Amino acid sequence: MTTETVTPAEAAPARQSMRDALKENLREYGLVLALIVIMVFFQVMTNGILFLPVNLTNVVLQNSYIIVMALGMLLVIVAGHIDLSVGSVAGFVGAVAAVLMVDYGWNPLLAAAACIAVGAVIGGAQGYFIAYMKIPSFIVTLAGMLVFKGLLLALLGGRSVGPFPTEFQLLSAGFIPDLIGRWTIVAPTLNASGNPIPNTGIALHSTTMVIGVLVVALMFYLATRTRRAQERHGHETEPFGLFLVKNAIMAVIIMFLMYKFASYRGLPNVLIVMGLLTALFVFITKRMTFGRRIFAMGGNIKAAALSGIKTERLTFYVFVIMGMLAALAGLIYAARLNQATPKAGAGMELDVIAAVFVGGASAMGGVGEVAGAVIGAFIMGVMNNGMGIMGINIDWQQVIKGLVLLGAVAFDLYNKKKA
Amino acid sequence: MAKTILEMRGITKTFPGVKALQDVNLSVQEGEIHAIVGENGAGKSTLMKVLSGVYPHGSYEGEIHFDGQECRFNGIHDSERVGIVIIHQELALVPLLSITENIFLGNEQAKFGVIDWHSARSRAKKLLARVGLSENPDTLITNIGVGKQQLVEIAKALSKEVRLLILDEPTASLSEKDSQALLDLLLEFKRQGMTAILISHKLNEVKKVADRVTVIRDGRTIETMDRDDVSEDRIITSMVGRTMDDRYPTRTPKIGETIFEVKDWVVHHPLHPDRQIIKGINLSVRKGEVVGIAGLMGAGRTEFAMSVFGRSYGTKVSGEVLLHGKPADTTTVEKAVAAGLAYATEDRKTYGLNLIDHIKHNVTIANLPGVSSKAGVIDDMSELKVAKDFRKRTNIRSSSVYQVTGNLSGGNQQKVVLSKWLFSNPDVLILDEPTRGIDVGAKYEIYTIINKLADEGKGILVISSEMPELLGICDRIYVLNEGRIVGELAGHEASQEKIMRAIVRGEEKAAS
Ligand SMILES: Nc1ncnc2c1ncn2[C@@H]1O[C@H](COP(=O)(O)OP(=O)(O)OP(=O)(O)O)[C@@H](O)[C@H]1O
Ligand SMILES: [Mg+2]
Repeated sequence: MTTETVTPAEAAPARQSMRDALKENLREYGLVLALIVIMVFFQVMTNGILFLPVNLTNVVLQNSYIIVMALGMLLVIVAGHIDLSVGSVAGFVGAVAAVLMVDYGWNPLLAAAACIAVGAVIGGAQGYFIAYMKIPSFIVTLAGMLVFKGLLLALLGGRSVGPFPTEFQLLSAGFIPDLIGRWTIVAPTLNASGNPIPNTGIALHSTTMVIGVLVVALMFYLATRTRRAQERHGHETEPFGLFLVKNAIMAVIIMFLMYKFASYRGLPNVLIVMGLLTALFVFITKRMTFGRRIFAMGGNIKAAALSGIKTERLTFYVFVIMGMLAALAGLIYAARLNQATPKAGAGMELDVIAAVFVGGASAMGGVGEVAGAVIGAFIMGVMNNGMGIMGINIDWQQVIKGLVLLGAVAFDLYNKKKA
Repeated sequence: MAKTILEMRGITKTFPGVKALQDVNLSVQEGEIHAIVGENGAGKSTLMKVLSGVYPHGSYEGEIHFDGQECRFNGIHDSERVGIVIIHQELALVPLLSITENIFLGNEQAKFGVIDWHSARSRAKKLLARVGLSENPDTLITNIGVGKQQLVEIAKALSKEVRLLILDEPTASLSEKDSQALLDLLLEFKRQGMTAILISHKLNEVKKVADRVTVIRDGRTIETMDRDDVSEDRIITSMVGRTMDDRYPTRTPKIGETIFEVKDWVVHHPLHPDRQIIKGINLSVRKGEVVGIAGLMGAGRTEFAMSVFGRSYGTKVSGEVLLHGKPADTTTVEKAVAAGLAYATEDRKTYGLNLIDHIKHNVTIANLPGVSSKAGVIDDMSELKVAKDFRKRTNIRSSSVYQVTGNLSGGNQQKVVLSKWLFSNPDVLILDEPTRGIDVGAKYEIYTIINKLADEGKGILVISSEMPELLGICDRIYVLNEGRIVGELAGHEASQEKIMRAIVRGEEKAAS
């Protein structure tokens, strides 16, 4: 009766055209590209300091807590909400950790677990008002921001509490142990007395390199498996050449970064935490029903509810997760400073929210990607770092960051309109 | 020979992956009502968006001549300036603003940015009188029914010096009575010299009011017929590209035991809990049976269905739902779905679809466990397969299952909603206006699907405002009026008159 409008892609289900595939991938990898461009830019502007192993390690350490929170914020924003309280909550939880460990002498592990639980309770409390009492998240978390900022001050009473036990400091200052021993690639230059001069020669943290190779192997394995499955089911796949080039480029980037880390002190512990959490959240959003439902809810909450999704409970859980991640971020931040201060966490929420939007999430809800948020956080982080090295004033740094946020979102919208 | 007021030549419009219009020509004469018909996704709405500047000059190929001048509109402001006004398929009123405010939205009666409410209100009153709506202009839009909202849209159009009025499926969500009033209004405007373009899937309406009819198929103009040549069969043949002997597929019902029963169902208004909306309904559906619910707009049919389906409407709900003869818990949507119930909404944009996501995700959302492991991990491949299967089965016209549902034509969106509920594999399917805005060919396909489901032993409850449709497909019809069942008719003995009589009788009884 009705003639099917058959598109070329369907007539020959096996392969996408090179043009379509490239177009698709350009959008997908646009952010990665932007990050690389920005990094190269600052590499030049800082006379090669940016890519120094020690500085790259620093970039990771400086941004780890932002990234951890960006993961949760992505869910919150996709669900159609916002959380303004995360900075205050992180600061408050850091203070709780300090009081427990320093003042009361709790075991660090136990204290950390208690802190995460506190975060869950805080998130749950805010989530309750948002999900069940239907108070807009903007208002609830604005209130939360004030409340926890106040509680932080009250708890610390104006003092800074520290230092933390060494085991706890390892969370932010530690590196993974080198199980195999260092690989000396280029022997260090010796000075007149026959002792090696520091910072010469290349000795690699071998475990880091091994992990790098494993990650690349895993990436290739997963990509190939998906492709096989697509072929087996007769769905269209991208051209093989592109597939190969794409993954090869990713592999080179990963190995390059690993090499950088390995030539300093290896992978920071916190990077491992971040990496695992990011992988987990990618999986949740892409593959799990829980994640899919959040997207459906953010896209049209009424339709989601009529499809049998428990929108209230889902919203509640999203805020519980956000609370736990804010708590973890608070711990990382406190461990990094090695003390809890009354100013901890102030303004962090802005960086976190900015990262998610730079990463392509929609303020209307229903759209966003975990990888995007993480890269968005790195874009902001590299800019912070680069501008810091260049000696640009804090005030101008703010101006530039603000404009980049605006520009990134405007560019994204322009692209979508054109497509 | 009347003067040609509008001439569209060689219009071609492409979206990524879709050629929506291909070399379309349209010529409209001054003072006529020109109907445009065609299947879902044929490109009717797109053509009108090109004409009204929604898609600006440069985003399409071809020429538009209006009143002898070539037009290059950059937005609807430009087209309104020359007197072309469009009323879109989906109403564009702001619910929490008053009628007056809506009529002058974007066209405020203002001097130096200060709105003169007095003159606005009195002008609004005059406009309402012209469209025959006796409603206080301060009433909020949410508080009036769709029929009246449609009239407000027309009043809004009249507030701008309109020479060519475009109506995209204006009667799709109207009751027969309201549709009638609207069409009469259109004829009245014609007498006053206005030109109109009418898009509709209701061919009887087209036949009644149109002077000429242009048929569009797959983005191309097929032909333009004169009034004397127009017949419903002729239009259908031209639309679908072959003759259609029957509007309704035949079926021999194999009816089994009762599968679904509702007893003493009472529902109160969510905002005014002392007002009863559903006043004690008893009904049942048997295996393999297609049961219709007839009634006028506002009879409480949707409210009834939604309250049964997970208490999605109303407060202080009481009564009993039985599935397979056993009491079933349908107090939340999730439980209702688990019990084997499905409800496909009449309002696909608000309640049916996630418009920013693609077909694949929309089809599976009500039954994610059906494509995922116990631990809640979605199997991409089986999800894709499901989406492709349903796209084929319900004949959704799209570039692929990855087309965003917001970009689908109205009728194809409806098919996505239907697919979603078919995939949830219910025992009892409640379909609320399942063919609203759907073309004749696709209607036939949907009826065929309904029949097939019934043959598989499912129970189907169809709510529809189109009486011929209920008469054509139902084994039994309940007549609902003001929250009560006022009649029950067997399919073979039902007729439009009997249904109307039942409604009138019910009204008399309620009055006495
Ligand atoms: N913004 C868009 N992006 C991509 N494709 C689109 C967009 N808008 C419309 N289309 C496609 O263009 C075609 C024509 O759509 P259009 O809305 O004009 O159909 P229609 O004739 O009005 O159908 P209906 O009777 O169902 O309303 C469809 O295939 C639709 O999917
Ligand atoms: Mg349309």
